[in-house]
Amino acid sequence: MTILHALVLLPALGALGAAVHRDEAYRTAWLVVIAALHLALTGTAWVSAPRATLGGWLALDALGLIVLTVVSTLFGVAAVYAVGYLRRESPRGGRAFVSCLLGFLAAASLVTVSHHFALLWVGLEATTLAVAPLIFHRHDRRSLEAVWKYLMLSSVGIALALLGTFLLAAAQSASAGTGRPLMLEDLIAAGALLDPRWLRAASVFLLVGFGAKMGLVPLHLWKPDTYGEAPSLVAGLMAGALTTCAFLGLMRMVQVVAAAGQGAFLTPLLLAFGLASLAVAALLLIGQSDLKRLLAYSSVEHMGLLVLGLGLGGGGVYGSLLHAVNNGLAKGLLFLTAGNVALARRAGDAGDQRGLLQTLPVSGVLLVVGLFAVTGSPPFGTFISEFTIVRGAFEGGHPWIGAATMLCLAVAFVGIARLVVGMAYGPPSGSNARTPESAWLVVGPAMLAVLLVALGVYIPPSLHQRLSDAAAALGGRAP
Amino acid sequence: MSRTAELVLILVVLANFVVLGTARLSSCVRAVALQGVLLGLAPILLFPGWSAHRVALAVGTIVIKGLVVPRFLLWAIREAAVRREVEPRLGYLPSLLLGTVVLALAFALAERWPLPVEGGGLLVAVAVTTVVHGLFVLTARRNAVTQVVGYIMMENGIYLFGLTQAERVPFLVELGVLLDVFVGVFIMGIVVFHINREFDSIDSTRLSELAE
Repeated sequence: MTILHALVLLPALGALGAAVHRDEAYRTAWLVVIAALHLALTGTAWVSAPRATLGGWLALDALGLIVLTVVSTLFGVAAVYAVGYLRRESPRGGRAFVSCLLGFLAAASLVTVSHHFALLWVGLEATTLAVAPLIFHRHDRRSLEAVWKYLMLSSVGIALALLGTFLLAAAQSASAGTGRPLMLEDLIAAGALLDPRWLRAASVFLLVGFGAKMGLVPLHLWKPDTYGEAPSLVAGLMAGALTTCAFLGLMRMVQVVAAAGQGAFLTPLLLAFGLASLAVAALLLIGQSDLKRLLAYSSVEHMGLLVLGLGLGGGGVYGSLLHAVNNGLAKGLLFLTAGNVALARRAGDAGDQRGLLQTLPVSGVLLVVGLFAVTGSPPFGTFISEFTIVRGAFEGGHPWIGAATMLCLAVAFVGIARLVVGMAYGPPSGSNARTPESAWLVVGPAMLAVLLVALGVYIPPSLHQRLSDAAAALGGRAP
Repeated sequence: MSRTAELVLILVVLANFVVLGTARLSSCVRAVALQGVLLGLAPILLFPGWSAHRVALAVGTIVIKGLVVPRFLLWAIREAAVRREVEPRLGYLPSLLLGTVVLALAFALAERWPLPVEGGGLLVAVAVTTVVHGLFVLTARRNAVTQVVGYIMMENGIYLFGLTQAERVPFLVELGVLLDVFVGVFIMGIVVFHINREFDSIDSTRLSELAE
């Protein structure tokens, strides 16, 4: 058994193990242990690259490793947060809550290590299924509506992605000598032997299918409702980890299309989806009054940015990969902090959502820090990655795209700042007594904030190396 | 391709048109149930010879797509006590006309993009038609049950397209499809049931509390 098996099997068996335990304290301890072991396994994969197994179906390249690290880090933080969260609130899922979380980790890990398009699809489908019961934890009208929209749109998206996968197989079957069906390496090696018509059709369906999971405009409609209704912990995992996995699926497709010399067909589509998501999200960010819905639109904005960077090519691809990391961490930070605010409000001692710096000092500070992190201000990592993407636009000969991106980012900043500043400062409308904050609930987001600052100041050579390798595999380069 | 196989594929398309042109929910469900059975027969009839894998696929498809899922939907209809689709977004006659246009376009497409598979042309045309018809039902109808029926039609079309690759790609893909239909509809069915209980209706447009 190699690390690759263990990365998937450990959380999968953990999910079964958690279902057996009767005592909630056991289950949460179990969750933290599995998350820590998973993080340790991911760390080993950085030290020594694991060999491909199962006849090449499972492998971990630089691209997979980057996404795996985002997933594992975020899950580790979420697991610690879950300890404090489950003490304060027992979601309806009860015993299934921890199992579903671990099932999600298993599925997301499978996505990062699979080098076979059918397996990748199965993994992505499993992430959707694992998360669905977690959204539906309140059994009232609003969360029913959220889960219905989520299931409908993401099921359609995932069905179209499956059709795209079949079309990819059809493109491969059109001529002999294209290697084993749907294997990533063989598809890349086959290159121009793939039938261009079927390949183009495949890329469109995969883009729409994975785009629906990422929440690109116009397939974003499920996002605000789902993130608004799901427990913040779950919404954070979805916005940070699940969408990044879907982005990985998209990048795998881009790898194949670029190798086949059809990149010129895909570029305008990626740019259009990216710009549309950025612009629509920026406009909708203005005037939002609910923090979690605001964050959902911010997620749409950043997904647009990722796809835009991928479409720009060159240094933009590097920026996009770095931004996938930063965005994952920033979304985790903000959603978990939003969860603290929601918990305090539900307890009834925080009054209205104003003056949080006085009533919830630690979470209030984290919220303000998160505001600057998510909008890409220095010294956070998001600043570096957004800057790299915009620079990629100017260097790639798209000054208008660069200018439009900066405008959208500025509008988004105003939209987010207006709500967050209002929540953090000002006099509290209720009592201005400090609400005690559990250490379990603030240590995770604080760690994410530290990581974001660290990535803004210094990118370790090993990370730079992986990012450059992954960018090269996608037809880009280090800036 | 044998005459029987052609007949099966044509019946699949006819089932699509039944769904497009009828308001009675139970008729829609029965039409996709028939389609599921036909889909189960397709791999046996399309390819010469027998294999355990193909028989297992056929039996699995017939049981799930032809029996389990339709029963579940019929049960949901009974529970919710709704019989007919009320006020579709697009009328039945325009739906049928559009459906015919889609069919013609799909045949034109299959003609121009040939696949090196036996009987590929008709199979691709029927698959594309069924996917588009399914997507159409999903968007043009308001009732949650009809929307699920549309989703299943779309899945059926994708399954048919998968058959063109079934001989080359190992059966993981087909397993994936069955799993998807099963789990997807299972969860959706439960949600339909809950929506009914909470809202006293399964009209999905009533779900508008979370408007902008």
